[in-house]
Amino acid sequence: MSTLSVDTPQSQTRAKVVEKKGLSTAAKRRLPLLPALVFVIAVTQLPFLLTVFYSFQSWNLVRPGSRHFVGLDNYIDVFSDTTFLVALLNTVLLTVVCVFVALLLGLGLAILLDRKFFGRGVVRTLLITPFLILPAAGALLWKTTMFDPTYGLLHFVFGTDVDWLSEFPLASVMAQIVWQWTPFMMLLILAGLQSQAKDVLEAANVDGAGRWRTFVSITLPHLSRFLQLATLLGAIYIVNSFDAIFLMTQGGPGTASTNLPYYIYQRAFEGFDVGQSSAMGVIVVILTMIVATFALRLMFRTFSVNGGIK
Amino acid sequence: MTTLARRKAGPRALTAVTWVVAILFVFPLLWLILTAFKQEADAYTDPPKLFFSPTFDQIANVLKGGFLPYLSNSAFVTVLSTVLVLVLGIPAAYALSLAPVKKTSNALGFFLSTKMLPIVAAIIPLYIISQNTELLDTVWALVILYTSMNLPLAIWMMRSFFLEVPHEMIEAGRIDGANLPTLLRKIIMPVVAPGIAATALICVIFSWTEFFYAVNLTAARAGTVPVFLVGFITSEGLYWAQLSAAALLASLPVMIVGWIAQNHLVRGLSMGAVK
Repeated sequence: MSTLSVDTPQSQTRAKVVEKKGLSTAAKRRLPLLPALVFVIAVTQLPFLLTVFYSFQSWNLVRPGSRHFVGLDNYIDVFSDTTFLVALLNTVLLTVVCVFVALLLGLGLAILLDRKFFGRGVVRTLLITPFLILPAAGALLWKTTMFDPTYGLLHFVFGTDVDWLSEFPLASVMAQIVWQWTPFMMLLILAGLQSQAKDVLEAANVDGAGRWRTFVSITLPHLSRFLQLATLLGAIYIVNSFDAIFLMTQGGPGTASTNLPYYIYQRAFEGFDVGQSSAMGVIVVILTMIVATFALRLMFRTFSVNGGIK
Repeated sequence: MTTLARRKAGPRALTAVTWVVAILFVFPLLWLILTAFKQEADAYTDPPKLFFSPTFDQIANVLKGGFLPYLSNSAFVTVLSTVLVLVLGIPAAYALSLAPVKKTSNALGFFLSTKMLPIVAAIIPLYIISQNTELLDTVWALVILYTSMNLPLAIWMMRSFFLEVPHEMIEAGRIDGANLPTLLRKIIMPVVAPGIAATALICVIFSWTEFFYAVNLTAARAGTVPVFLVGFITSEGLYWAQLSAAALLASLPVMIVGWIAQNHLVRGLSMGAVK
Protein backbone atom coordinates (compact mmCIF):
# COMPACT_ATOMS: atom_id res chain seq x y z
CA MET A 1 0.00 0.00 0.00
CA SER A 2 1.44 3.33 -0.93
CA THR A 3 1.10 6.09 1.66
CA LEU A 4 -0.59 8.36 -0.84
CA SER A 5 -3.69 6.27 -1.29
CA VAL A 6 -4.24 5.64 2.42
CA ASP A 7 -6.01 9.02 2.68
CA THR A 8 -8.87 8.07 0.43
CA PRO A 9 -11.67 6.32 2.33
CA GLN A 10 -12.24 3.80 -0.41
CA SER A 11 -8.76 2.39 -0.26
CA GLN A 12 -8.92 2.36 3.52
CA THR A 13 -11.87 0.01 3.50
CA ARG A 14 -10.19 -2.02 0.86
CA ALA A 15 -7.13 -2.39 3.03
CA LYS A 16 -9.31 -3.44 5.94
CA VAL A 17 -11.04 -6.05 3.84
CA VAL A 18 -7.72 -7.47 2.77
CA GLU A 19 -6.48 -7.56 6.33
CA LYS A 20 -9.59 -9.23 7.63
CA LYS A 21 -9.52 -11.76 4.85
CA GLY A 22 -5.85 -12.40 5.50
CA LEU A 23 -6.53 -13.27 9.13
CA SER A 24 -9.50 -15.49 8.52
CA THR A 25 -7.72 -17.34 5.77
CA ALA A 26 -4.59 -18.19 7.75
CA ALA A 27 -5.85 -21.74 8.02
CA LYS A 28 -6.94 -21.70 4.40
CA ARG A 29 -3.48 -20.64 3.37
CA ARG A 30 -2.10 -23.71 5.04
CA LEU A 31 -4.57 -25.95 3.28
CA PRO A 32 -2.78 -26.27 -0.10
CA LEU A 33 0.27 -27.52 1.74
CA LEU A 34 -1.50 -30.27 3.65
CA PRO A 35 -2.08 -32.97 1.01
CA ALA A 36 1.58 -33.03 0.03
CA LEU A 37 2.69 -32.90 3.66
CA VAL A 38 0.40 -35.71 4.77
CA PHE A 39 1.36 -37.84 1.77
CA VAL A 40 5.10 -37.43 2.29
CA ILE A 41 4.85 -38.06 6.03
CA ALA A 42 2.75 -41.19 5.46
CA VAL A 43 4.98 -42.67 2.78
CA THR A 44 8.43 -41.71 4.09
CA GLN A 45 8.12 -41.46 7.89
CA LEU A 46 5.78 -44.32 8.80
CA PRO A 47 7.89 -47.05 7.17
CA PHE A 48 10.90 -45.64 8.95
CA LEU A 49 9.11 -45.84 12.32
CA LEU A 50 8.35 -49.48 11.53
CA THR A 51 12.05 -49.97 10.76
CA VAL A 52 12.85 -48.72 14.25
CA PHE A 53 10.23 -51.08 15.69
CA TYR A 54 11.55 -54.09 13.76
CA SER A 55 15.12 -53.29 14.74
CA PHE A 56 14.39 -54.35 18.33
CA GLN A 57 13.16 -57.76 17.24
CA SER A 58 14.75 -60.99 16.23
CA TRP A 59 12.82 -61.86 13.13
CA ASN A 60 13.83 -64.04 10.23
CA LEU A 61 11.30 -64.43 7.45
CA VAL A 62 12.35 -67.96 6.57
CA ARG A 63 11.86 -69.17 10.14
CA PRO A 64 8.16 -68.74 10.98
CA GLY A 65 7.52 -68.11 14.65
CA SER A 66 11.04 -66.78 15.17
CA ARG A 67 9.79 -63.27 15.83
CA HIS A 68 10.43 -62.00 19.36
CA PHE A 69 11.65 -58.89 21.14
CA VAL A 70 15.40 -58.77 21.76
CA GLY A 71 16.10 -55.19 22.79
CA LEU A 72 19.43 -53.86 21.58
CA ASP A 73 20.91 -57.21 20.51
CA ASN A 74 20.65 -56.40 16.81
CA TYR A 75 22.57 -53.17 17.30
CA ILE A 76 25.33 -54.91 19.22
CA ASP A 77 25.57 -57.50 16.45
CA VAL A 78 25.73 -54.84 13.75
CA PHE A 79 28.58 -52.96 15.40
CA SER A 80 30.61 -56.13 15.84
CA ASP A 81 29.98 -57.09 12.22
CA THR A 82 33.15 -56.31 10.26
CA THR A 83 31.29 -56.42 6.94
CA PHE A 84 29.08 -53.60 8.14
CA LEU A 85 32.13 -51.51 8.94
CA VAL A 86 33.68 -52.30 5.54
CA ALA A 87 30.40 -51.33 3.85
CA LEU A 88 30.26 -48.09 5.84
CA LEU A 89 33.80 -47.19 4.85
CA ASN A 90 33.13 -48.07 1.20
CA THR A 91 30.00 -45.91 1.20
CA VAL A 92 31.86 -42.89 2.53
CA LEU A 93 34.75 -43.41 0.12
CA LEU A 94 32.49 -43.95 -2.86
CA THR A 95 30.34 -40.90 -2.13
CA VAL A 96 33.20 -38.50 -1.43
CA VAL A 97 35.35 -39.57 -4.38
CA CYS A 98 32.49 -39.74 -6.89
CA VAL A 99 30.99 -36.39 -5.92
CA PHE A 100 34.38 -34.69 -5.98
CA VAL A 101 35.55 -36.14 -9.30
CA ALA A 102 32.18 -35.65 -11.02
CA LEU A 103 32.10 -32.07 -9.78
CA LEU A 104 35.58 -31.34 -11.13
CA LEU A 105 34.87 -32.99 -14.49
CA GLY A 106 31.51 -31.24 -14.65
CA LEU A 107 33.16 -27.91 -13.99
CA GLY A 108 35.73 -28.52 -16.72
CA LEU A 109 33.09 -29.54 -19.27
CA ALA A 110 30.85 -26.63 -18.32
CA ILE A 111 33.70 -24.18 -18.87
CA LEU A 112 34.41 -25.73 -22.27
CA LEU A 113 30.72 -25.40 -23.19
CA ASP A 114 30.34 -21.84 -21.93
CA ARG A 115 31.42 -20.26 -25.23
CA LYS A 116 29.91 -19.90 -28.64
CA PHE A 117 31.43 -22.41 -31.01
CA PHE A 118 30.62 -24.66 -33.93
CA GLY A 119 28.30 -27.49 -32.94
CA ARG A 120 27.79 -26.35 -29.37
CA GLY A 121 24.22 -27.66 -29.23
CA VAL A 122 25.32 -31.08 -30.49
CA VAL A 123 28.18 -31.29 -27.99
CA ARG A 124 25.88 -30.35 -25.13
CA THR A 125 23.34 -32.93 -26.23
CA LEU A 126 26.07 -35.58 -26.37
CA LEU A 127 27.36 -34.69 -22.93
CA ILE A 128 23.93 -34.72 -21.29
CA THR A 129 23.16 -38.21 -22.56
CA PRO A 130 24.97 -40.34 -19.93
CA PHE A 131 22.62 -38.76 -17.35
CA LEU A 132 19.61 -39.73 -19.46
CA ILE A 133 20.39 -43.38 -20.03
CA LEU A 134 19.18 -45.82 -17.39
CA PRO A 135 21.78 -46.24 -14.65
CA ALA A 136 21.07 -49.96 -14.92
CA ALA A 137 21.91 -49.82 -18.64
CA GLY A 138 25.02 -47.78 -17.92
CA ALA A 139 26.20 -50.26 -15.31
CA LEU A 140 25.75 -53.26 -17.63
CA LEU A 141 27.41 -51.36 -20.47
CA TRP A 142 30.52 -50.68 -18.39
CA LYS A 143 30.58 -54.20 -16.98
CA THR A 144 30.54 -55.76 -20.43
CA THR A 145 31.87 -53.68 -23.29
CA MET A 146 34.21 -51.51 -21.20
CA PHE A 147 35.68 -53.63 -18.40
CA ASP A 148 35.67 -57.14 -19.90
CA PRO A 149 39.26 -58.47 -19.65
CA THR A 150 39.19 -60.13 -23.09
CA TYR A 151 36.83 -58.20 -25.32
CA GLY A 152 36.42 -54.91 -23.45
CA LEU A 153 37.46 -51.58 -24.88
CA LEU A 154 39.79 -50.86 -21.93
CA HIS A 155 41.65 -54.08 -22.72
CA PHE A 156 41.96 -52.92 -26.32
CA VAL A 157 43.11 -49.37 -25.45
CA PHE A 158 45.61 -50.29 -22.73
CA GLY A 159 46.58 -53.69 -24.14
CA THR A 160 46.48 -55.29 -20.68
CA ASP A 161 44.56 -58.30 -19.47
CA VAL A 162 43.49 -56.63 -16.25
CA ASP A 163 40.17 -57.89 -14.95
CA TRP A 164 39.05 -54.48 -13.78
CA LEU A 165 35.97 -55.60 -11.90
CA SER A 166 37.77 -58.14 -9.75
CA GLU A 167 41.08 -56.32 -9.34
CA PHE A 168 39.74 -52.79 -8.82
CA PRO A 169 36.07 -53.38 -8.00
CA LEU A 170 35.39 -50.17 -6.09
CA ALA A 171 37.31 -47.99 -8.53
CA SER A 172 35.44 -49.57 -11.47
CA VAL A 173 32.09 -48.90 -9.86
CA MET A 174 33.21 -45.35 -9.13
CA ALA A 175 34.21 -44.82 -12.76
CA GLN A 176 30.71 -45.75 -13.89
CA ILE A 177 29.01 -43.57 -11.27
CA VAL A 178 31.24 -40.59 -12.10
CA TRP A 179 30.46 -41.07 -15.79
CA GLN A 180 26.75 -41.13 -15.00
CA TRP A 181 26.72 -38.07 -12.72
CA THR A 182 29.21 -35.75 -14.42
CA PRO A 183 26.56 -34.52 -16.92
CA PHE A 184 24.23 -33.57 -14.06
CA MET A 185 27.00 -31.57 -12.39
CA MET A 186 27.90 -30.05 -15.77
CA LEU A 187 24.30 -28.94 -16.38
CA LEU A 188 24.04 -27.25 -13.00
CA ILE A 189 27.41 -25.52 -13.28
CA LEU A 190 26.70 -24.50 -16.87
CA ALA A 191 23.47 -22.89 -15.70
CA GLY A 192 25.52 -21.03 -13.11
CA LEU A 193 28.08 -19.88 -15.67
CA GLN A 194 25.38 -18.64 -18.00
CA SER A 195 23.64 -16.68 -15.27
CA GLN A 196 26.76 -14.58 -14.75
CA ALA A 197 26.35 -10.88 -15.48
CA LYS A 198 28.30 -10.25 -18.68
CA ASP A 199 29.06 -6.63 -17.83
CA VAL A 200 30.99 -7.67 -14.71
CA LEU A 201 33.16 -9.98 -16.81
CA GLU A 202 33.73 -7.23 -19.36
CA ALA A 203 34.62 -4.78 -16.62
CA ALA A 204 37.18 -7.26 -15.30
CA ASN A 205 38.58 -7.57 -18.81
CA VAL A 206 38.81 -3.80 -19.20
CA ASP A 207 40.54 -3.56 -15.83
CA GLY A 208 43.18 -5.90 -17.21
CA ALA A 209 42.35 -9.01 -15.18
CA GLY A 210 43.60 -12.16 -16.88
CA ARG A 211 41.38 -15.17 -17.50
CA TRP A 212 42.59 -17.09 -14.49
CA ARG A 213 42.25 -14.06 -12.23
CA THR A 214 38.73 -13.38 -13.49
CA PHE A 215 37.81 -17.02 -12.95
CA VAL A 216 39.11 -17.19 -9.39
CA SER A 217 37.92 -13.78 -8.24
CA ILE A 218 34.58 -13.46 -10.00
CA THR A 219 33.35 -16.70 -11.53
CA LEU A 220 34.13 -19.09 -8.67
CA PRO A 221 32.41 -16.99 -5.97
CA HIS A 222 29.41 -16.64 -8.26
CA LEU A 223 29.41 -20.40 -8.84
CA SER A 224 29.70 -21.36 -5.18
CA ARG A 225 25.97 -21.80 -4.56
CA PHE A 226 25.66 -23.85 -7.76
CA LEU A 227 28.62 -25.99 -6.70
CA GLN A 228 27.11 -26.49 -3.26
CA LEU A 229 23.77 -27.46 -4.73
CA ALA A 230 25.44 -29.89 -7.12
CA THR A 231 27.43 -31.40 -4.23
CA LEU A 232 24.33 -31.78 -2.07
CA LEU A 233 22.08 -33.30 -4.73
CA GLY A 234 24.88 -35.49 -6.07
CA ALA A 235 25.69 -36.75 -2.58
CA ILE A 236 22.03 -37.55 -1.82
CA TYR A 237 21.78 -39.75 -4.90
CA ILE A 238 25.28 -41.24 -4.90
CA VAL A 239 25.20 -42.27 -1.22
CA ASN A 240 22.20 -44.46 -2.16
CA SER A 241 24.03 -46.06 -5.10
CA PHE A 242 22.73 -49.54 -5.65
CA ASP A 243 22.32 -50.20 -9.38
CA ALA A 244 26.01 -50.09 -10.24
CA ILE A 245 27.06 -52.38 -7.40
CA PHE A 246 24.19 -54.81 -7.82
CA LEU A 247 24.74 -55.16 -11.56
CA MET A 248 28.52 -54.83 -11.89
CA THR A 249 30.16 -56.53 -8.92
CA GLN A 250 27.41 -57.88 -6.60
CA GLY A 251 29.41 -56.23 -3.84
CA GLY A 252 32.43 -58.43 -4.50
CA PRO A 253 34.88 -59.88 -4.78
CA GLY A 254 34.24 -60.73 -1.16
CA THR A 255 33.03 -57.49 0.31
CA ALA A 256 35.45 -55.23 -1.57
CA SER A 257 32.73 -53.17 -3.25
CA THR A 258 29.86 -53.67 -0.81
CA ASN A 259 28.25 -50.41 0.23
CA LEU A 260 25.56 -49.95 2.86
CA PRO A 261 22.55 -50.01 0.53
CA TYR A 262 23.80 -53.23 -1.03
CA TYR A 263 24.69 -54.84 2.30
CA ILE A 264 21.30 -54.03 3.83
CA TYR A 265 19.65 -55.39 0.69
CA GLN A 266 21.66 -58.60 1.07
CA ARG A 267 20.76 -59.05 4.74
CA ALA A 268 17.10 -58.34 4.01
CA PHE A 269 16.41 -60.09 0.73
CA GLU A 270 19.01 -62.85 0.70
CA GLY A 271 19.33 -63.44 4.44
CA PHE A 272 15.69 -62.52 5.19
CA ASP A 273 16.95 -61.09 8.48
CA VAL A 274 14.40 -58.37 9.19
CA GLY A 275 15.71 -57.48 12.64
CA GLN A 276 19.37 -57.05 11.70
CA SER A 277 18.80 -55.26 8.45
CA SER A 278 16.37 -52.92 10.22
CA ALA A 279 18.98 -52.12 12.85
CA MET A 280 21.46 -51.34 10.08
CA GLY A 281 18.89 -49.13 8.43
CA VAL A 282 18.38 -47.18 11.66
CA ILE A 283 22.12 -46.71 12.10
CA VAL A 284 22.46 -45.51 8.52
CA VAL A 285 19.67 -43.00 9.06
CA ILE A 286 21.26 -41.67 12.26
CA LEU A 287 24.63 -41.29 10.53
CA THR A 288 22.99 -39.62 7.54
CA MET A 289 21.07 -37.28 9.81
CA ILE A 290 24.27 -36.14 11.50
CA VAL A 291 25.89 -35.39 8.13
CA ALA A 292 22.69 -33.93 6.68
CA THR A 293 22.17 -31.55 9.60
CA PHE A 294 25.43 -29.88 8.71
CA ALA A 295 24.64 -29.96 5.00
CA LEU A 296 21.15 -28.52 5.45
CA ARG A 297 22.38 -25.79 7.75
CA LEU A 298 25.01 -24.88 5.18
CA MET A 299 22.45 -24.87 2.41
CA PHE A 300 19.85 -22.90 4.28
CA ARG A 301 22.48 -20.27 4.95
CA THR A 302 23.51 -20.23 1.29
CA PHE A 303 20.06 -20.07 -0.21
CA SER A 304 18.60 -18.16 2.75
CA VAL A 305 15.23 -19.87 2.67
CA ASN A 306 13.74 -17.38 5.10
CA GLY A 307 15.00 -14.41 3.14
CA GLY A 308 13.60 -15.94 -0.02
CA ILE A 309 10.02 -15.53 1.15
CA LYS A 310 9.01 -12.09 0.08
CA MET B 1 50.31 -15.17 -39.07
CA THR B 2 48.20 -12.05 -38.99
CA THR B 3 46.78 -10.88 -35.69
CA LEU B 4 43.31 -11.76 -36.82
CA ALA B 5 44.30 -15.30 -37.73
CA ARG B 6 46.06 -15.70 -34.40
CA ARG B 7 43.01 -14.43 -32.60
CA LYS B 8 40.94 -17.09 -34.32
CA ALA B 9 43.41 -19.94 -33.82
CA GLY B 10 43.02 -20.02 -30.02
CA PRO B 11 39.24 -20.48 -29.97
CA ARG B 12 39.46 -22.97 -32.83
CA ALA B 13 41.90 -25.13 -30.90
CA LEU B 14 39.61 -24.92 -27.88
CA THR B 15 36.64 -25.95 -30.02
CA ALA B 16 38.60 -28.96 -31.27
CA VAL B 17 39.55 -29.88 -27.70
CA THR B 18 35.90 -29.60 -26.65
CA TRP B 19 34.78 -31.90 -29.43
CA VAL B 20 37.47 -34.49 -28.68
CA VAL B 21 36.71 -34.46 -24.95
CA ALA B 22 32.97 -34.73 -25.57
CA ILE B 23 33.34 -37.67 -27.96
CA LEU B 24 35.74 -39.49 -25.61
CA PHE B 25 33.31 -38.94 -22.75
CA VAL B 26 30.32 -40.24 -24.67
CA PHE B 27 32.26 -43.02 -26.38
CA PRO B 28 30.92 -45.84 -24.18
CA LEU B 29 27.44 -44.79 -25.21
CA LEU B 30 28.29 -44.59 -28.91
CA TRP B 31 29.78 -48.05 -28.55
CA LEU B 32 26.57 -49.29 -26.95
CA ILE B 33 24.59 -48.01 -29.91
CA LEU B 34 26.98 -49.69 -32.37
CA THR B 35 26.84 -52.97 -30.44
CA ALA B 36 23.04 -52.91 -30.47
CA PHE B 37 23.19 -53.35 -34.26
CA LYS B 38 25.74 -56.19 -34.28
CA GLN B 39 25.35 -59.93 -34.46
CA GLU B 40 26.49 -61.61 -31.24
CA ALA B 41 29.60 -62.92 -32.99
CA ASP B 42 30.60 -59.38 -34.00
CA ALA B 43 30.11 -58.15 -30.43
CA TYR B 44 32.88 -60.34 -28.98
CA THR B 45 36.01 -59.81 -30.99
CA ASP B 46 39.56 -58.86 -30.16
CA PRO B 47 40.29 -56.23 -31.43
CA PRO B 48 36.76 -54.78 -31.22
CA LYS B 49 35.03 -54.40 -34.57
CA LEU B 50 34.21 -50.89 -35.72
CA PHE B 51 32.90 -51.96 -39.13
CA PHE B 52 30.33 -54.72 -39.56
CA SER B 53 27.10 -55.27 -41.40
CA PRO B 54 24.40 -53.76 -39.19
CA THR B 55 21.34 -55.76 -38.29
CA PHE B 56 18.04 -55.15 -36.54
CA ASP B 57 17.98 -58.74 -35.26
CA GLN B 58 18.84 -57.79 -31.68
CA ILE B 59 16.21 -55.07 -31.48
CA ALA B 60 13.65 -57.55 -32.86
CA ASN B 61 14.79 -60.21 -30.36
CA VAL B 62 14.35 -57.83 -27.45
CA LEU B 63 10.90 -56.79 -28.59
CA LYS B 64 9.92 -60.42 -29.05
CA GLY B 65 11.49 -61.40 -25.72
CA GLY B 66 8.75 -59.85 -23.59
CA PHE B 67 10.09 -56.32 -23.35
CA LEU B 68 6.83 -54.55 -24.12
CA PRO B 69 4.99 -55.28 -20.83
CA TYR B 70 7.93 -53.81 -18.93
CA LEU B 71 7.84 -50.77 -21.19
CA SER B 72 4.14 -50.22 -20.59
CA ASN B 73 4.61 -50.66 -16.81
CA SER B 74 7.33 -48.01 -16.89
CA ALA B 75 5.23 -45.64 -18.94
CA PHE B 76 2.22 -46.07 -16.65
CA VAL B 77 4.19 -45.60 -13.42
CA THR B 78 6.17 -42.65 -14.76
CA VAL B 79 3.21 -40.74 -16.15
CA LEU B 80 0.89 -41.35 -13.21
CA SER B 81 3.47 -40.56 -10.52
CA THR B 82 4.52 -37.39 -12.34
CA VAL B 83 0.90 -36.25 -12.58
CA LEU B 84 0.43 -36.98 -8.87
CA VAL B 85 3.59 -35.02 -8.04
CA LEU B 86 2.19 -32.02 -9.90
CA VAL B 87 -1.28 -32.32 -8.37
CA LEU B 88 0.11 -32.48 -4.83
CA GLY B 89 3.16 -30.32 -5.43
CA ILE B 90 1.77 -27.25 -7.19
CA PRO B 91 -0.53 -26.20 -4.30
CA ALA B 92 2.23 -26.94 -1.80
CA ALA B 93 4.78 -24.92 -3.75
CA TYR B 94 2.24 -22.13 -3.95
CA ALA B 95 1.68 -22.23 -0.19
CA LEU B 96 5.42 -22.18 0.44
CA SER B 97 6.18 -19.28 -1.85
CA LEU B 98 3.29 -16.91 -2.53
CA ALA B 99 1.07 -17.42 0.50
CA PRO B 100 3.62 -18.25 3.17
CA VAL B 101 2.38 -18.95 6.66
CA LYS B 102 4.33 -19.34 9.89
CA LYS B 103 6.56 -22.40 9.96
CA THR B 104 6.87 -22.28 6.19
CA SER B 105 10.59 -22.76 6.28
CA ASN B 106 10.09 -25.68 8.67
CA ALA B 107 7.85 -27.38 6.15
CA LEU B 108 10.34 -26.74 3.37
CA GLY B 109 13.14 -28.07 5.54
CA PHE B 110 11.08 -31.16 6.30
CA PHE B 111 10.48 -31.86 2.61
CA LEU B 112 14.17 -31.50 1.86
CA SER B 113 15.16 -33.65 4.81
CA THR B 114 13.09 -36.58 3.53
CA LYS B 115 15.46 -36.70 0.56
CA MET B 116 18.30 -37.29 2.99
CA LEU B 117 16.74 -40.43 4.46
CA PRO B 118 18.46 -43.36 2.78
CA ILE B 119 15.82 -45.36 0.94
CA VAL B 120 17.29 -48.66 2.12
CA ALA B 121 16.25 -47.83 5.66
CA ALA B 122 12.59 -48.15 4.75
CA ILE B 123 12.68 -50.99 2.26
CA ILE B 124 11.84 -53.80 4.73
CA PRO B 125 8.65 -52.19 6.10
CA LEU B 126 7.72 -51.15 2.57
CA TYR B 127 8.11 -54.75 1.44
CA ILE B 128 6.06 -56.08 4.34
CA ILE B 129 3.38 -53.38 3.99
CA SER B 130 2.99 -53.95 0.27
CA GLN B 131 2.83 -57.70 0.85
CA ASN B 132 0.06 -57.30 3.45
CA THR B 133 -1.90 -54.83 1.33
CA GLU B 134 -1.44 -56.99 -1.77
CA LEU B 135 0.37 -54.16 -3.51
CA LEU B 136 3.53 -56.22 -3.93
CA ASP B 137 4.43 -56.63 -7.60
CA THR B 138 1.79 -54.13 -8.69
CA VAL B 139 2.37 -50.83 -10.44
CA TRP B 140 0.49 -49.04 -7.63
CA ALA B 141 3.23 -49.60 -5.08
CA LEU B 142 5.69 -47.93 -7.45
CA VAL B 143 3.32 -45.08 -8.28
CA ILE B 144 2.97 -44.24 -4.58
CA LEU B 145 6.70 -44.56 -3.86
CA TYR B 146 7.86 -42.59 -6.91
CA THR B 147 5.43 -39.81 -6.06
CA SER B 148 6.87 -39.54 -2.58
CA MET B 149 10.40 -39.82 -3.94
CA ASN B 150 10.00 -36.92 -6.39
CA LEU B 151 7.60 -34.71 -4.49
CA PRO B 152 10.13 -32.99 -2.18
CA LEU B 153 12.51 -32.04 -4.98
CA ALA B 154 9.58 -30.96 -7.16
CA ILE B 155 8.09 -28.74 -4.47
CA TRP B 156 11.46 -27.19 -3.87
CA MET B 157 12.06 -26.53 -7.59
CA MET B 158 8.54 -25.24 -8.26
CA ARG B 159 8.69 -22.97 -5.22
CA SER B 160 11.60 -21.15 -6.81
CA PHE B 161 9.56 -20.63 -9.98
CA PHE B 162 6.58 -19.35 -8.02
CA LEU B 163 8.85 -16.78 -6.37
CA GLU B 164 9.39 -15.35 -9.85
CA VAL B 165 5.74 -14.27 -10.08
CA PRO B 166 5.45 -10.51 -9.41
CA HIS B 167 3.84 -10.05 -6.01
CA GLU B 168 1.78 -7.07 -7.16
CA MET B 169 -0.01 -9.19 -9.75
CA ILE B 170 -1.20 -11.63 -7.12
CA GLU B 171 -2.24 -8.92 -4.68
CA ALA B 172 -4.21 -7.20 -7.42
CA GLY B 173 -5.96 -10.44 -8.25
CA ARG B 174 -6.73 -11.12 -4.61
CA ILE B 175 -8.18 -7.64 -4.11
CA ASP B 176 -10.41 -8.22 -7.11
CA GLY B 177 -11.77 -11.19 -5.23
CA ALA B 178 -10.18 -14.02 -7.15
CA ASN B 179 -10.07 -17.27 -5.18
CA LEU B 180 -7.12 -19.61 -5.16
CA PRO B 181 -8.05 -21.75 -8.17
CA THR B 182 -8.72 -18.66 -10.27
CA LEU B 183 -5.49 -17.00 -9.11
CA LEU B 184 -3.54 -20.13 -9.98
CA ARG B 185 -5.15 -20.55 -13.37
CA LYS B 186 -5.26 -16.96 -14.61
CA ILE B 187 -2.25 -15.25 -13.06
CA ILE B 188 0.28 -17.67 -11.71
CA MET B 189 0.20 -20.58 -14.16
CA PRO B 190 1.16 -18.64 -17.27
CA VAL B 191 4.29 -17.38 -15.50
CA VAL B 192 5.38 -20.65 -13.94
CA ALA B 193 4.41 -23.07 -16.73
CA PRO B 194 7.96 -23.47 -18.14
CA GLY B 195 9.29 -24.15 -14.66
CA ILE B 196 6.63 -26.74 -14.04
CA ALA B 197 7.54 -28.39 -17.33
CA ALA B 198 11.17 -28.58 -16.23
CA THR B 199 10.13 -30.05 -12.88
CA ALA B 200 7.92 -32.64 -14.55
CA LEU B 201 10.83 -33.59 -16.80
CA ILE B 202 13.11 -34.22 -13.83
CA CYS B 203 10.39 -36.38 -12.25
CA VAL B 204 10.02 -38.35 -15.48
CA ILE B 205 13.77 -39.00 -15.65
CA PHE B 206 14.04 -40.12 -12.03
CA SER B 207 10.92 -42.32 -12.22
CA TRP B 208 11.91 -43.97 -15.48
CA THR B 209 15.41 -44.77 -14.26
CA GLU B 210 14.58 -45.78 -10.68
CA PHE B 211 16.01 -49.17 -9.84
CA PHE B 212 16.04 -49.96 -6.12
CA TYR B 213 12.31 -49.95 -5.38
CA ALA B 214 11.54 -51.56 -8.72
CA VAL B 215 13.94 -54.46 -8.20
CA ASN B 216 12.83 -55.13 -4.63
CA LEU B 217 9.09 -54.61 -4.90
CA THR B 218 8.21 -55.88 -8.37
CA ALA B 219 8.85 -58.99 -10.40
CA ALA B 220 7.25 -60.47 -13.48
CA ARG B 221 3.89 -58.70 -13.29
CA ALA B 222 4.78 -55.09 -12.52
CA GLY B 223 8.48 -54.97 -13.46
CA THR B 224 9.71 -51.77 -15.10
CA VAL B 225 12.39 -51.52 -17.79
CA PRO B 226 15.35 -51.47 -15.36
CA VAL B 227 14.03 -54.76 -13.97
CA PHE B 228 13.96 -56.19 -17.49
CA LEU B 229 17.69 -55.47 -17.80
CA VAL B 230 18.44 -57.45 -14.63
CA GLY B 231 17.42 -60.55 -16.55
CA PHE B 232 20.64 -60.22 -18.53
CA ILE B 233 22.97 -60.76 -15.59
CA THR B 234 21.11 -63.75 -14.26
CA SER B 235 21.01 -65.61 -17.57
CA GLU B 236 23.83 -67.93 -18.55
CA GLY B 237 26.61 -65.69 -19.83
CA LEU B 238 25.85 -62.33 -21.33
CA TYR B 239 24.48 -61.65 -24.75
CA TRP B 240 26.23 -58.34 -25.37
CA ALA B 241 24.55 -57.35 -28.60
CA GLN B 242 21.11 -58.18 -27.30
CA LEU B 243 21.88 -56.52 -23.98
CA SER B 244 22.98 -53.38 -25.82
CA ALA B 245 19.81 -53.38 -27.87
CA ALA B 246 17.73 -53.74 -24.70
CA ALA B 247 19.69 -51.00 -22.91
CA LEU B 248 19.21 -48.71 -25.88
CA LEU B 249 15.47 -49.38 -26.16
CA ALA B 250 15.02 -48.98 -22.40
CA SER B 251 16.77 -45.61 -22.36
CA LEU B 252 15.45 -44.22 -25.61
CA PRO B 253 12.21 -42.64 -24.33
CA VAL B 254 13.97 -40.63 -21.63
CA MET B 255 16.85 -39.79 -23.96
CA ILE B 256 14.49 -38.32 -26.53
CA VAL B 257 12.46 -36.36 -23.97
CA GLY B 258 15.66 -35.08 -22.39
CA TRP B 259 17.21 -34.03 -25.69
CA ILE B 260 14.11 -32.15 -26.76
CA ALA B 261 13.73 -30.38 -23.45
CA GLN B 262 17.37 -29.76 -22.55
CA ASN B 263 16.96 -25.99 -22.50
CA HIS B 264 14.14 -26.37 -19.98
CA LEU B 265 16.37 -28.68 -17.99
CA VAL B 266 19.23 -26.20 -17.75
CA ARG B 267 16.93 -23.32 -16.94
CA GLY B 268 14.94 -25.32 -14.43
CA LEU B 269 18.01 -26.48 -12.59
CA SER B 270 19.54 -23.02 -12.56
CA MET B 271 16.42 -21.36 -11.22
CA GLY B 272 16.16 -23.98 -8.54
CA ALA B 273 19.67 -23.07 -7.55
CA VAL B 274 19.46 -19.32 -7.65
CA LYS B 275 16.37 -18.86 -5.55
